[in-house]
Amino acid sequence: MTAAAVAAAAAAAEAYPRIVATLIRVTGDWNLAEDSAQDALAAALERWPRDGVPDNPGGWLMTVARNRAVDVLRRSQVEQRKLRDLAVLALTAPEPAAPGAFVDDRLRLIFTCCHPALPLEARVALTLRTICAVPTADIARAFLVTESAMSRRLSRAKTKIATAGIPYRVPAGRALTERLPGVLAVLYLLFTQGYNADGEPAFADEAIRLVRLVERLLPGQPEVPALLALFLFQHSRRDARRDAAGDLLTLDRQDRSRWDHAAIAEGTAILSRVAADGVYGLQAHIAACHATAASAQDTDWLRIAGCYDRLAAAQPSPVIALNRAVAHGYAHGPRAGLALLAAARADGALDGYPHAVAVEADLTARLGWQDRAAELFRQAAAAAFSDEERRALLARAELSTCTDAPPPHPGARSAT
Amino acid sequence: MKYMMFVCTDTSPDTDEAPEPDIDAWVAENDQAGRRLTGNELAPTASATTVRVRNGELLVSDGPFAETKEVIVGFDLLECADLDEAIEVARAHPMARWGRLELRPFAAPQ
Repeated sequence: MTAAAVAAAAAAAEAYPRIVATLIRVTGDWNLAEDSAQDALAAALERWPRDGVPDNPGGWLMTVARNRAVDVLRRSQVEQRKLRDLAVLALTAPEPAAPGAFVDDRLRLIFTCCHPALPLEARVALTLRTICAVPTADIARAFLVTESAMSRRLSRAKTKIATAGIPYRVPAGRALTERLPGVLAVLYLLFTQGYNADGEPAFADEAIRLVRLVERLLPGQPEVPALLALFLFQHSRRDARRDAAGDLLTLDRQDRSRWDHAAIAEGTAILSRVAADGVYGLQAHIAACHATAASAQDTDWLRIAGCYDRLAAAQPSPVIALNRAVAHGYAHGPRAGLALLAAARADGALDGYPHAVAVEADLTARLGWQDRAAELFRQAAAAAFSDEERRALLARAELSTCTDAPPPHPGARSAT
Repeated sequence: MKYMMFVCTDTSPDTDEAPEPDIDAWVAENDQAGRRLTGNELAPTASATTVRVRNGELLVSDGPFAETKEVIVGFDLLECADLDEAIEVARAHPMARWGRLELRPFAAPQ
């Protein structure tokens, strides 16, 4: 790529959501806003390599997008007021004076896309499409639906925003406190879509970019930087998570020199400056313990177990209860882990969940009961969700069958 | 925007023991603010009558149009700036805790 193309791509990524958000605010027309912004990007990619990158790329894109919107509105002869507002926009809008000086249109747009009156999946898809400019086809692939089905879903969501009167506004006071977790949950899902074994890796980068944006635009909310720190710790392992064959590696088998240490340092710095004790804060502290341990054996399991105790109290869920059992198994020994595992399974929520069987197998192996452990590993393998997991679990079964001692790398299967 | 708020029962009501919001206060406050245009409690579904016309023939039958566990027990017609304002009005209604409220916007004029 030429220097101009690189500059165009970077400026576009930065400017796109602001342009879409501003045009939606002024025209109230989502499709017009998106089409105009896309056209401006296309014009930049064509002209900048030839004519050079303008001094203010964001302002240039905004002007081109605005002119395009004006053209469309003129041709369709609708609504003189929108045209007047667009004319005023030219004088006032190009770049905000200072972050926080006024409510950023992008933040309004994020809260609209993540409104709880929209179905959850539509919130994620709409955020990807409208704020991150991800092509509909890519979103459809991640959600395992056809492009036309995803198009219809996006269009239904936009129709609901208009007909139900979902406002284009950042809520204030109590409403902000109530709605922010919903926004963060969408960003979390977005990140997970990127981080899952079969996900779209680019979505993880988008989630990180968005949470940075929300942090900048909405200061004073500790769960926002906490979520950023959590993302940074997880993402720091992206180059070390797979072996040469492409199989996922558990934490204890990863080459820690290949972790992104700049990202880990940034996450650590965030946690040292914010009081992160909400659900994302606790998860970030757990991730920090893993990310900053020199080796799997040096992991501070006592601290991790303590965080899981608080997390299980704040947000009870079967998976958190399972991970808590794993943490206690390392912090206080396999018997403590097995006791918590039994409690976590008592209500049946983990029935048929192969990870729960794998955890029992691992704890059993560490008690020295190798035959029973091998049987449990085979049981977990039979129920595994992917071939990759199945192979890993069968390898552990093999290891338990042919040794009397605990395996050399007692790795939790909870994290990769 | 106008929203029809259907007041419905729910099979799993709130278990919170906080004091119950007062329906008369809710009505007075929202009437005064111009957010509630009209509304009323409805008689039990046993008193409902369903009317249809098929091929010119009038069909009148007993009961509601759908037999469900959750039933509509009242309605309020709201006039709110947007959905967030309507949600705030709805959350303060006692039936938000003992039942559920459905907010349906009026269709846009064709």
